[in-house]
This record gives sequence, C-alpha cells and structure tokens, in this order.
Amino acid sequence: MSNLTHLQQLEAESIHIIREVVAEFSNPVMLYSIGKDSAVMLHLARKAFYPAPPPFPLLHVDTTWKFREMIQFRDRMAAECGLDLIVHVNEEGVQQGVSPFTHGSALYTDVMKTEGLKQALDKYKFDAAFGGARRDEEKSRAKERIFSFRSAHHRWDPKSQRPELWNLYNTRIKPGESIRVFPLSNWTELDVWQYIHLENIPIVPLYYAAVRPVVERDGMLIMVDDERLELKQGEKVEYRSVRFRTLGCYPLTAAVESTADTLPQIIQEMLLTRTSERQGRLIDHDQAGSMEKKKQEGYF
Amino acid sequence: MAHQSELIEKDILAYLKSQEEKSLLRFITCGSVDDGKSTLIGRLLWDSKMVFEDQLAALEADSKKVGTQGGAIDYALLLDGLQAEREQGITIDVAYRYFSTDKRKFIVADTPGHEQYTRNMVTGASTAQVAVILIDARKGLLTQTRRHSYLVSLVGIRHIVLAINKMDLIDFDKQKFEAIRRDYEQFAAPLGFVSIAAIPISALGGDNIIEASANTPWYEGPTLMHYLETVQVEDDLRGKPFRLPVQWVNRPHLDFRGFCGTVAAGTIHPGDEVRVASSGRTSRVARIVTMNGDLPEATAGQAVTLTLTDEIDVSRGDLFSSFDSPPIHTRHLEAHLVWLHDEPLQPGRSYLIKTASALTPGRVTSLKHAVDVNTLEQKPASALGLNEIGVGLLELDRPAAFDPYRQSRDCGSFIVIDRFTNATVAAGMVITAAPEILQPQELVSMADEETAGGSDRAVRRINLGEYFISGDEGNLVDLSEERGEIEFDVTPAFLHTLARGDRVLFRLRDPGQLPPVAQLAYKHGLQCTFGRVGDRVNLVLFNASAITSPKDYSGDMGL
Repeated sequence: MSNLTHLQQLEAESIHIIREVVAEFSNPVMLYSIGKDSAVMLHLARKAFYPAPPPFPLLHVDTTWKFREMIQFRDRMAAECGLDLIVHVNEEGVQQGVSPFTHGSALYTDVMKTEGLKQALDKYKFDAAFGGARRDEEKSRAKERIFSFRSAHHRWDPKSQRPELWNLYNTRIKPGESIRVFPLSNWTELDVWQYIHLENIPIVPLYYAAVRPVVERDGMLIMVDDERLELKQGEKVEYRSVRFRTLGCYPLTAAVESTADTLPQIIQEMLLTRTSERQGRLIDHDQAGSMEKKKQEGYF
Repeated sequence: MAHQSELIEKDILAYLKSQEEKSLLRFITCGSVDDGKSTLIGRLLWDSKMVFEDQLAALEADSKKVGTQGGAIDYALLLDGLQAEREQGITIDVAYRYFSTDKRKFIVADTPGHEQYTRNMVTGASTAQVAVILIDARKGLLTQTRRHSYLVSLVGIRHIVLAINKMDLIDFDKQKFEAIRRDYEQFAAPLGFVSIAAIPISALGGDNIIEASANTPWYEGPTLMHYLETVQVEDDLRGKPFRLPVQWVNRPHLDFRGFCGTVAAGTIHPGDEVRVASSGRTSRVARIVTMNGDLPEATAGQAVTLTLTDEIDVSRGDLFSSFDSPPIHTRHLEAHLVWLHDEPLQPGRSYLIKTASALTPGRVTSLKHAVDVNTLEQKPASALGLNEIGVGLLELDRPAAFDPYRQSRDCGSFIVIDRFTNATVAAGMVITAAPEILQPQELVSMADEETAGGSDRAVRRINLGEYFISGDEGNLVDLSEERGEIEFDVTPAFLHTLARGDRVLFRLRDPGQLPPVAQLAYKHGLQCTFGRVGDRVNLVLFNASAITSPKDYSGDMGL
C-alpha cells in the first residue's frame, strides 16, 4: 500500500467491496438517497465495473417529501449512468396521510422510510443492498460492519454481527436473510467532499448556496419547497442565501445560511465551521441513542 | 477543525491540493478500561479538532450524567457507541474511529482488552499497521500486555508504540519508565517487531500526546501524535512478486473480457507475463483498464481491471501471479487458527474456507498444538474453543493458492465459515504448505483432474459422513460450493437420521446436481420436496413412513 494517497486507498477498498457483493450475491441493489454520499457510492460503482455499467439497479425509497431538485437530479443521474431506477413509495403510508407535520418525525420516518425500505426489499427479493452510511456519522455506527447482516425480518442485532477480518467478507446467507453493505464505511465527511472535488462528481445543486424561500422553525431554517408546508402562526417566508449540508425530506432538513456557491467554498465552510453534519437532521435528536434504535428496527 | 486553518481561510484550493497527498495509517489500540485507552483516543480526536460543537454539547451533558471524571469532561464518552455498553461502562466490540491531521488520515480500531475478547482484538488488528499498547505506569507489564503483544505479532503487526500511561500518578519518574521499557523489550524480543517506541504519557492531562510535555524534560523521543504522523510502515509490497486475486470477470460484450481485482502485492505493466495459479497457464497483460483511462502501471493496493493478450480460462477464484514466482498451490496447509465462535472447532468436520481468491470446502484434519495466549506456551489440544489459538493441518477439497502469511497478509489469510449457521467461526493464517498424505485413489483422481483440464473433471465422491451436518438448527448437506459431477458415499449416521424421522436439507449449486441426489433418494426409498431459491436449488429428503420431525425447512424452499 505504499505511496497510495488516503483517497486512493479508500477508493480501492470501496471498489473491492462493491465487486465482492456483485460476485457473491444473486440480486443486489444500490440504495440511492440522492445525497453526496450516494453520489460518491454511485461513482465508485461505475469505476468498479467500467467499461460495463454497474450490474444492479438503483432503489430510491421516496417519502414523497424530498426536495424537488433531488428528484430531478435522481432521474438525470440514473439515465446518464445507464442504470435501472426503482422508485418505491409506501402507499399505505400515503393513504393514511402520514406526513412529517401530522405524525411527528419519528413515526413519519418509521413509516415512510423504514417500512418503505423493508417493503421494497421484500417486493424485489434483494439479497444485498448497498448503503452510503459512514461510520463517522454517528456514534452507534462506529461498530457497524461493512457487511451488516439482517435477519429475514430486516432486524439488525448487534450481537449476531460477524467479525470482519482483513478484506475477507463472509457473504453467506440463508433464504430470506439479507446483507446491507456500506462501501463508504471508512470515509469521513471531509474525505467525501475532497473526493467529489478531485473526481468532479456531480451533486444536487441544493448543496450550493442560493437565495431560497425559508421559514424559521424551532431555531432551524426550513425551505418552503412546495405548497404543502403550512405556515404556523408568526412564521413568514423569507428569502435568504442558504445551502444544505445534508439532504433528506425538506420539512425535516435544516438549511444553513451561506454564500458558498462553489465546491471549494463548501469545503472551506465545512472546515471552518464546528457543527457536525447530522445536526441538520431532526430525526437524530428524537431520543438518546436514537439512531441505534432505528437501526435495530431496520432503518439504514 | 483548525488544522492549517489559516491556509483554509486564505487559499482553499492550495489547501485542497496539499490534502491530496495525505497518506493513511491504520492502527489498533490495546489495553483495558483501566488503562485509560478510551480517554487516550478521545484525546486524539479532541486535539485533532475532530470533535464538533454539537458533539461537545452532548459530551458535556453525558460527562455530568454518566461520566467517571466527577463532572469534568470524560473523553471516553466520545467513543462508547452502543447504548448497552455505555450503561455498562465497557466497550465490548471493535469500534472504528477516524481523525486526520495535515499529514495523515488515521483509522483507529478500538478494541477491549479483556481475555474473552481475543476475537475482537484479532479482528481489529487484521487491518492495522501499528499497535498502540497501553500500560498503566503504576502496574508495569501485566498478563494482558503479553497477550496483546502476542496477538498483534501473530496478526503481522511489526510496529509497536508502548504508551506508558498515567505517568502523572508516578510523578513522571524516569527510572520507573525506563524499567518498564526494558522489561518490555526483553519480553518482546522473540515476537519479531521491527520497532518499539516507548512514550511516557498522561492521556488525562495530555502529556506527550500532541505537545511535548514539560513534565518529562528527560524524554527526547517523539510525542504520540508525532510518531503516528511519521512512522514508516510500508513493507514494500510494490517490490514483492505480483499477486492479483480475480474477483470478477467483466464481460459487457464479446470484444471485452476484463479481470477485476485488487493488486495484493507487486507491480504490473502492460506487456508483463502473468501466470494463473490453478492451471499454470500464462499470458501477457494487454491493458490496465480504469474509468479514468488506461494505466501504465498498477501497484499493490489498487483496484483495477486487467485484459490479457490471450484467451485463457480464468474465473473468479483464480489468482494471477508473476510468471517466475508463483504462489503455493495446494490442498494441504499448516496454519494458525484463531477460534472466534462459541461452538468449538470440530476436527474432521467440513467447513467453508474463504481466501482472498477462493471459497472451498475443507476441514481441519488435526491440531498440532494450541497456544496459551498468556504464557505463549504450546500445549496439546484436540479442539479449539472461543478465543483459543492453535496450529492446525487443513485439507481443502480443491487446491487453492496461498503465500505464507508472514510474506503476504492478503494472500496468506483466510476465514472459516460454518456451513449450517453461516457464522464466521475462525480466522486463519497460513504458515506453510503441509506435506500431503495422499490416499492411492486420491492420487489417481488428482492426476485425472490435471490432465482432463477445466470442464470435464473426474466425478467427485462426496462422503456424507463429512458433509452431513446435524445440529440444533437441523440437518444439512451443503453442496453449493461443489463444481462438476458428484456421487455420494452414504454413511450409517445419515441413514439413521432419516430412519428416525428427521428431514435433511440439501443445498445444491444448480439443477445439474439433481440426478445424484435423486439417485440417492431412489436407492434408499426416500421422498423429497423441491424448492428454487434465486438461481440455486434446495431439496429436502425424508422418509415419509417415518417422518416425525416438525422441522420442514419451508423457509429454505423459497416459501
């Protein structure tokens, strides 16, 4: 491993992981969340199989509350990469009118994301699913395996995870069981940004600062992406120069005020700020150890 | 994060350029809770400014609630990930941490030090290049210090930091520090470390972590951070003979056939001659293909795609090597085994052996000895239990390519998988090829294989005594890794299981294996159910007149 830079080593490790999954599983899928981590993961998948396109579809679990620009970007990338795109919506949740406003972020996330994901994995019988999660994102992820074993009911049990030695991954599963695979496990947020910069990887324009309509709610800036965002008493729509450090459902994703509209400026801003990345996501703050609980229930 | 903050503010492009050249160091920390290990790592993260403000707020709150520092900041709380562990106050698994300075990115494997967690330490050490071994300055060398040192040497780590912690509690006494260092060097002499750096530190007070401490004017060596940033660990994999395990054959259309894999050792160029370990055939590299353009050279650590100048038979599981120094290619090997599972090793039982290049059934035919990790003494053993280490002789069903582990961690390592539960039950490190003790008929069948070549190999006889696994989870014969034609040798235990009313699940690789199983059922008057799972086939055999077992494997039938 002499003389390879840290990004070259991370890239090679991720490509190795992605190839291993394609070689060993019969029906893999890549979960595509449209964010910057997904962008890097997709880029690595293209590298792994070049000149062929990656031999698996993309799956987007659409909560119906994603930013409109994310959806446009998603469709464009899938077409450009020559990949099949499966979009799954939890129709039961939609019929019951589950939304982040009416049901609270915890229940909403559980129904539209966690349940939606399980439905899609069951429906298409995927036996391996790539996810873009990184171990540095959240404390409970530090011990997550790269190949994370899930029971037939999609449950993650910290005690039944397999030890991972060298780069030898145990990919054996029984019918109905599945593996979630995290090729970016060893990347940090800074690595991801530097790699996007180095490789010129396209990302959703929402990461760049622009004047956008926002309301201030619970100390966070929420973008008014469509007419479904109802204003509470005293709230008013303001036009501010903002960008997003992390992307999710627009009512749950806080914007930060910024004028950084180039990639180097984004990285500069990230390096100079001292607030970690997931803070912009409301779901992590619901309760102590909340990510861990979500994982045990099958959330990525 | 304040590294090079001035450059970041003034010239972000120059900063980004400088970051592109950073290297990566993976290290493991070994020590028990009491040694202050978590505090040390928390301190490294803290001082490299990788702790952000919202994490800091959570840390301050946690420190007051469950901290062990009387309300002052408890750095250890930055690390404990899982809730149950946080409440128990001990870490019980391998956790990976990340921090970065201007010179290097670091990946830290954080493992607990208790004896029962040998498994975690070996796991964490398997990808590490340096081990930081913590010692409580008041206590000196303990049994666990010896254990940790043996384990990291076994797994191939050659550079040791002896972090002698809690120096503040012995008044930064030079003599005591030197005595511990001498003790350690004497003890570690047989373990073959290339370098041992002893550093007097106080994780709690920050002495010699980042900045040289005013409390140790007598110490002239590097601080811990300086050491980690500058230690040279490259064991020159570039200069070693070329190795590339083939992971995937990329064939998008008839005009392109690429062999994908990560270079495990050596360097390769277009035009170089390569040899396929399984067949001994050779060809030359035509192109080294990547999405960023063809490369003039690929070197250890890079994930690439090679095309060859000739159409030779190569598939996943093969190993490319340089023409003049091929790897060991054998069915018989001697290896260190670290047992990772509650259910002990059963010599003679069929397991799956996964190496860098192949997955093949195999068994441990005998144990030469076990090693006491506390005294390093060898003792006779007939089995290995959880966290036990031994040297065993293995016999694989098909030959596989290896290098001795001390020459190549990538080509000398393997994992052992339980065929029924699919658990990873052991880690293995090849010592050498073992002398083959061949039965006469094996000699014949192997000669057949050599001459017959790839497609029509001799019929493989499957002894159901070796393949039949019976346990709490049911009964299994796993043929999913068998290639080519098979025939069965039946054993009384197998027939007895059916006669007493149990069902037996057969996992097949493909429908081509149905005839011999159907023959088996025909000969012994058995019934069966059939199920397709993905591309594979599962069959359940049973004796309808005797059936009593409620276990019907419907889950394995794709139901």
